[in-house]
Order: sequence, then structure tokens, then C-alpha cells
Amino acid sequence: METLHDGTETPHEEAFELPRVITGTHGPEEGAGAGTPWPDDVPPEQDDSWYPLKDDPRKARRMEYLIAALWMVTGGCGVGLMICYWTGGQAQVEGALLASAFGCLGAGLVLWARYLLPGQDVVGSRGEHYSELEERAAVVASLSRGTDAMMSRRGFLVKKVLVPVGGIFGIAAVWPLASLGPRYGRALYHTAWYPGARLVDQFGRPIKASDVEVDGVLTVFPEGHADPNTPQNAMSPAVLLNIGGALMHERKINQGFEVKSGGNGLVCFSKICTHAGCAVTLFNVLSMQLVCPCHQSTFDILEDCRPVFGPAPRPLPQLHLGVRPDGYLFAVSDFVEPVGPGFWDRGGPA
Amino acid sequence: MSTVAERSAARKRALLEEKVLDELDDRLGSSKWLRSALDKVFPDHWSFMVGEIAMYSFVILIVTGVYLALFYSPSSAVVVYHGPYRPLDGQKMTQAFESVVNLSFSVRAGLVMRQAHHWAANIFLAAVAFHMGRVFFTGAFRKPRELNWTIGLTLLIVAMLEGFSGYSLPDDLLSGSGLRVVFSIIQSIPFVGVWLAFTLWGGAFPGTSVFFTRLFVIHEFLFPLILLGLLGAHLGMLWHQKHTDFPGPGKTEHNIVGSRLWPQYAVKSAALLTFIAAVIFGLGGFVQINPIWVYGPYNPARGSAGTQPDWYVGWLDGALRLWPHWEFRSFGHEIANPFFPGILLPGIVFTAMYAWPAIDRRLFADYGEHNLLDRPRDKPLRTAVGVAALFFFADLTVASATDLIGNALNVSFELLIEILQYGSFVAPIVAGVVAYKVCVLLQVQNAHPIQRPVGGVMVRDARGAFHTLGAEHAHAAPEGNGHEAAADSEETALEAAGGEPAPG
Ligand code: HEM
Ligand code: FES
Repeated sequence: METLHDGTETPHEEAFELPRVITGTHGPEEGAGAGTPWPDDVPPEQDDSWYPLKDDPRKARRMEYLIAALWMVTGGCGVGLMICYWTGGQAQVEGALLASAFGCLGAGLVLWARYLLPGQDVVGSRGEHYSELEERAAVVASLSRGTDAMMSRRGFLVKKVLVPVGGIFGIAAVWPLASLGPRYGRALYHTAWYPGARLVDQFGRPIKASDVEVDGVLTVFPEGHADPNTPQNAMSPAVLLNIGGALMHERKINQGFEVKSGGNGLVCFSKICTHAGCAVTLFNVLSMQLVCPCHQSTFDILEDCRPVFGPAPRPLPQLHLGVRPDGYLFAVSDFVEPVGPGFWDRGGPA
Repeated sequence: MSTVAERSAARKRALLEEKVLDELDDRLGSSKWLRSALDKVFPDHWSFMVGEIAMYSFVILIVTGVYLALFYSPSSAVVVYHGPYRPLDGQKMTQAFESVVNLSFSVRAGLVMRQAHHWAANIFLAAVAFHMGRVFFTGAFRKPRELNWTIGLTLLIVAMLEGFSGYSLPDDLLSGSGLRVVFSIIQSIPFVGVWLAFTLWGGAFPGTSVFFTRLFVIHEFLFPLILLGLLGAHLGMLWHQKHTDFPGPGKTEHNIVGSRLWPQYAVKSAALLTFIAAVIFGLGGFVQINPIWVYGPYNPARGSAGTQPDWYVGWLDGALRLWPHWEFRSFGHEIANPFFPGILLPGIVFTAMYAWPAIDRRLFADYGEHNLLDRPRDKPLRTAVGVAALFFFADLTVASATDLIGNALNVSFELLIEILQYGSFVAPIVAGVVAYKVCVLLQVQNAHPIQRPVGGVMVRDARGAFHTLGAEHAHAAPEGNGHEAAADSEETALEAAGGEPAPG
């Protein structure tokens, strides 16, 4: 065995014993002429009755006890589970009991398989997973016998009638799918903001210009639409920011939608991210940026929320603010462009 | 030593078995099939268990899922919570959210079942991914198993969708944000996107009262049905074609070496099922997952930092973060930003995966049939492609946690994202090249058997004696089909050793 084999030589017969007990041969082909082929899948009678503890009845006995003990733990856990459940249930206890029950059951099975069941490999034939050539030919024959009977001289029935009719009927069959959703029309172009709508907070209370202190931020909704959990209102949430009078002048872009009064400078932007629609919730007062928690798109407030980092492709639309004589803030109009993420027709007329 | 009592018990058992089987055979002619089924040979290798792990976690998903479904309420009707979890007392929420909170705090065994279900889903997908890797790197997808690769891949995709739809059911802040992003992704599809999104949600986001009913039907019925059907086909095909095996002593393309289904394989497999159950329920009891009461109910005006989807969607979330701020506009139309990372990227990735068996065939000009597997090192190119893909996915997955990692390491997320953007090109290329080199190196090392201990591989036989298998060196043959040479010489050895040809 010390000689190096190039893969074609036969090892020394005397020295060679099988690594594991493999007493079969290697399929009908190789054993050519040696008896009939095996039936598919069934290995021939191979002696695999030996198992590791076969020759040591005392150890085998101990193993049986061990396995029995493990399975009794499983039974005990079952009782424990019932008690636990009866007394009201507790997640950790249930988890521990279930895990021990299954764990011990499995451990017993493994010990059984490892020590008390025959462990030698057997050799089976792969057989053939494909058919004989004659069978393939026979299938083709059967298929074309049937097809020919149907189609010869009546092919037009299929080609000219059945196929178009099937098409029409198919469309009719899927048509009801259309009732799944409403026509979307202009839904994505408008929010619940309307001219004159007062800004309200999440409880529906109207906001005065003086309600937000400098560097303060507040989520606002159009009056009467403060619940954003509806398709009509979900696109409306906006962020009202007081950036202070001083910063107001430093802005590089300015649509003129802001409200200035005293030391206050109020601007309001859509809260729906132009990337994929998350709520833009993070306000970094040092850099005067809004950051979306979903994919970190970052909007520069002093540039009318132009995106300066991240995947958002467009600025957050700005709401045109006004102040009423009684001090309440209101929207001069709806957002002038669609808010939120893009879509195929977005560039089209609003 | 069997006692008299034992012998008579065995006889009784045999009689009973005979009676039952006779009755069955009278009606179904079942014996022929049953005989071959019970004796069917399954090869042993730890990596072949990974598919079983997937299968068994799927079993646990079904069992726990049925329990959850008995309590879940797919309704977006708004209710005010008054239950045992005080911090939420008096809050408005959808009935869907409330039912999951109740399931967690008021239903006995509800929390364990819920958490076990969620853990099982994560483990299921991990096992499926690992299983796919096993099949890829060993070339198990080659003829005649290409069809099963296709079915398996479809299983993977449906399993991901199934996982995501389940994650979305509780209507909490995290899952709601996830749905919002998915709505935007669908909406971004050119031409039909808006229609499709509105059709699925029954209207604009967050959808009308029908939405959760639909999601529930999809998660509870549609996808599981598809998964079950495909899994049946997957395993049926496996059964018919028989499992592949690694080359080794006594193994050829035409035989199969391993344990019989009954009893060895069945017992071991049952043990695997119970171990997986132990792990999943242990996690379900002890390790909190998806505590929706901490996140609170969904509200489109809210969000929270550090939001991550379940791990298997991470690469898509990461892709959304890494794709630059581009979108394309012309003639009054627009291809919106999320389309590229959200639709196009997975489209390309999965198409490439579906096409891989065909690509592989041409790459290696190998159109033949294979029942013996490749060792990854013997196909450096394939291994390099696989490793590159793994690094690509890893890069994207890391990107889905940029904010968390940034906080933990005290680096800005801007820097991290930029690194990962370059990384998504560089890492796969570098990793692929390194993998290729390593494979070649391993081959070359093996090609000099002189470097191995004299005598080759030591094997201990069932009776405890040690043997050396010199023929193992044939593995090292640097070119040509080393494995087959090895196997063939073993065969000769077997015959020489006096293995009688089997009687029919
Ligand atoms: C729901 C997910 C899946 C389940 C439950 C599953 C289950 C299994 C099981 C139990 C086996 C036999 C044992 C083994 O080789 O691990 C197997 C074999 C196989 N699977 Fe999967 N599988 C799944 C997904 C996949 C995927 C994603 C692929 C690849 C794209 C795949 C491709 C294959 C192939 C080609 C085989 C035959 C392998 C051979 O004979 O060596 N499967 N599957
Ligand atoms: S949704 Fe805001 S960054 Fe993606």
C-alpha cells in the first residue's frame, strides 16, 4: 500500500480490506452476467446487521437505559407543559420545556441510530432515471396518433376557432381582477391639503405661528385630515420647521413659501420621502438637515430640502404657508407637485 | 442473544405487518414500491442535511403558523387598546395590530408560538440559502438535475415573498414602513406600476380595508400552497433521480452508497427534525424577536431609526440604500429610482441564477450526466463566481444596517455607504480572484502526493481495524477525471478483495 497509485493500478490484494462493510457490487452493468440485475432501488441482501454495541450486551443494556431516561425526560416535559399551560402559561418556561422535550427525544433517537442500529453503508444501484429508446418512440407514436386524428383536415377548428375563442375567454376570465383596485386616476397628484386648510397637529389642534419655537419641529396635517392611516390622508403629513429669522436669509434656494414673523422663520415640507415614501423623521438641527430613517436620504433645509445625500432623487415638496389674522397657519394651496416617490406618469400634466 | 419471548414478539410483529401490508397490496399493489422505498439508499454527508433542515423548519412553520392564524385578525378597522400591556393602553391601532399584541400577551402559549414561527422563518430561509450554496458549489445542479435547480430557485423566491408577507401582517411601525417601501417599488415599475400597486392594495397606500384580508390570504394560503406543491415536486424529483454523492471509495456514477431509508435514515432524519424543533422552540421561548409592542402601531407620519427588515430581505434594502439618487425622465415619463435596485437588480440576479445550469454547461463544455459531485476546488471558475456572488450579497446586506453599524463604530453613515458602494464592485472581484487562486493552489498541493503522509488516507473499518487507502491519491491527478479514476481503482480493489457479485 505504500506505493503511490496513479489511479489505475490495483492495490495489493492481501493487504486490502474494505474500509466499511460493503458487500454488494456496483450495479448490474459491472457485475455483467452475474445474475439478474437488481430491481430498481433495492440493494441486494447485504449483511448490515452488525452495530457498534452488538458484541457488548452490557454496554448495549446501559445504552438502552440511557435512551429510555432521555425519552422519559421528554415525557416529563410534556407533563410540565400541561401544568404550565394550566397555570396560565409563561413563555420562557414553555420554551425551555419544549426545547428539552424535543432535544431529549432527538438525543435518544441519535443514540439509538448510532449505537444500536446497523451503521454500515450498503450499496444500491442507481438504476436508470430515463426510459428506453423504444418507450420514447412509443410515446411519440401515441401522441401523434391522437393529434393526427384530431387535426387532420380539422386543423382549422383549432387554429382559426379554438385559439382565438380561448384568448377571448381567457381575457374574460381574468377581467374580474380589475375589480381588485380602483382606477388610480390622479390619486398620486393630490394630497388632502386644500387652499385655506389650517395646519393641525396629530390631535387635530390648529397651530399658530408662535406655537413652534426656533429650531423646533412639528408634524402637521391638513385640518380635518389628521389621521394619516387612510389612503386619502397618507400622503399629507408635513414637517413644520422654525429655522429662525436669521437663517431665513441664508437660504440658497427660496421658493417664497415661508412665513416670517419676528424672530421666527417657518417653512413646511412634505414628510413623505421622495425616495420610497417613508416618513422623513430625523431632524439634525446642527446641519439643518432632515434625514430619512429608511435609507438615509438627507435633505438640506436651507436649500428648500434639496437632497444632498442618499438615494432620494428629488427635493421634498414645499407647502406654501400663510398666516391668518388670528395667528393660525394655513396652506395657500396643495403641494404644487406630486409628493413622495416617483412613478411612470409623474412628469405629465398635474 | 434473543430470548424466546423476543423471538415470539418478532414473529407477532411480522404477522401483523404482513396482514396490514397484504390488505394494502390487495387494493393498491403497494408492495413493489414499498419494498424499494424502504430499502432506498441515502448517502450520508453533513451538507446533504441542509435541505432537510429547510424542509423541517418548513414543517414547524406550518404547525406554528396554523396556531397563529387561529388568533390573527386581518382587519384594518381602528380600535382602542385596553389590554394587559399597559404602555399601549388607550392607543388607537388597527385590529390586526391589536390581535397580534393579544396573541403575544393574552393567548396562552401565544408568545412562544409567535416567536418560534418568526425564528423558524429566519432559519428556514438561512437553510434554503445554504442548501442552494451546497448545490451550486458541488455542481449538484448538473444534468440530470437542472429541473430541480429551477424548482428549488422558485422555492427560494416564493419563500422570500412568503417571509416578507408574514412579516407585514402585524401592521406595526416596522412592517408598515416595509410595506410603504414595497408599494413605492411596485409603483416605480414603468407603465403598469401604479395600476399594479393600487390593484394589490385596493387603493392608494396604506390601502383600503381589503388589504389585510388579501395579505392574509396570500400569506396563509396562496404562497404556502405554492411552496407545498413545489416542494412535493422537488422531493419527488430527488426521489426519482436519487441523491448525488461525493466521489469516494466504492462510489461510482452508477451506484449509491449510504444507509437504507428504513430504519437508519428514517431514525436519523427524525432526530434532525426534533433537534430543529428544540432549537426553534428554545429560541422562541428565550430570544425575543419582533417585539411589535415596542415599535407601536403603524403610522405613515412616523418612523424610527435603525429599522431593518428580516435578514433575507436585507440585500434588497441594502441595494435601495446604495443605488445612487438617479432616476430617468423624458417625454413626460419617468423611471423612478426604486425600480433599479428594487425590481431590476433582483430580476437580473434571479435570471442569472435560473440560467446558471445552462451557463455552466457551456462554460465547462460538459453536457454529460453527473451523479458524483465536484469538489469546489476542482472547478475554480464556478467556485470563484459563487464566492463573488456571496460577497456581493454580503456587501448589500451589510448596507442594510449602515445606520446601526455607523452608530456602533462611530463612523458616519455617509462614509459607510460610500465604502459599500465601491465595495459592491470591488469585493466580489477581489474575492472571486482570491477564491480562484485558492482553488488552484489546493489542486496543485494535492497533485504532489509526496507531500502527504506516506500511505495516504487512514480508514478505520467497522470492526475497528485501521487501513490505509492508497488509491485515494488518485484524487490528486492534476488533470483528467481524478475522481473517476479513484473510484474505478477502488472498484477493482473491491472485486479483487473477493466481493461476490450480488445474486439477483
Ligand atoms: C423551500 C426550499 C427548499 C427545500 C425545503 C429543499 C429541500 C431539499 C432536500 C431535502 C433535498 C435533499 C437533501 C439535500 O440535498 O439537501 C434537496 C435536494 C436538491 N435541491 Fe433543494 N430544497 C429547497 C430549495 C432549493 C433551492 C433554492 C435550490 C437551488 C436553486 C435547490 C436545489 C436542489 C437540488 C439541485 C437538489 C438535488 C441535489 C442532489 O441530488 O445532490 N433546492 N432539496
Ligand atoms: S424612503 Fe427615504 S430614503 Fe428611502
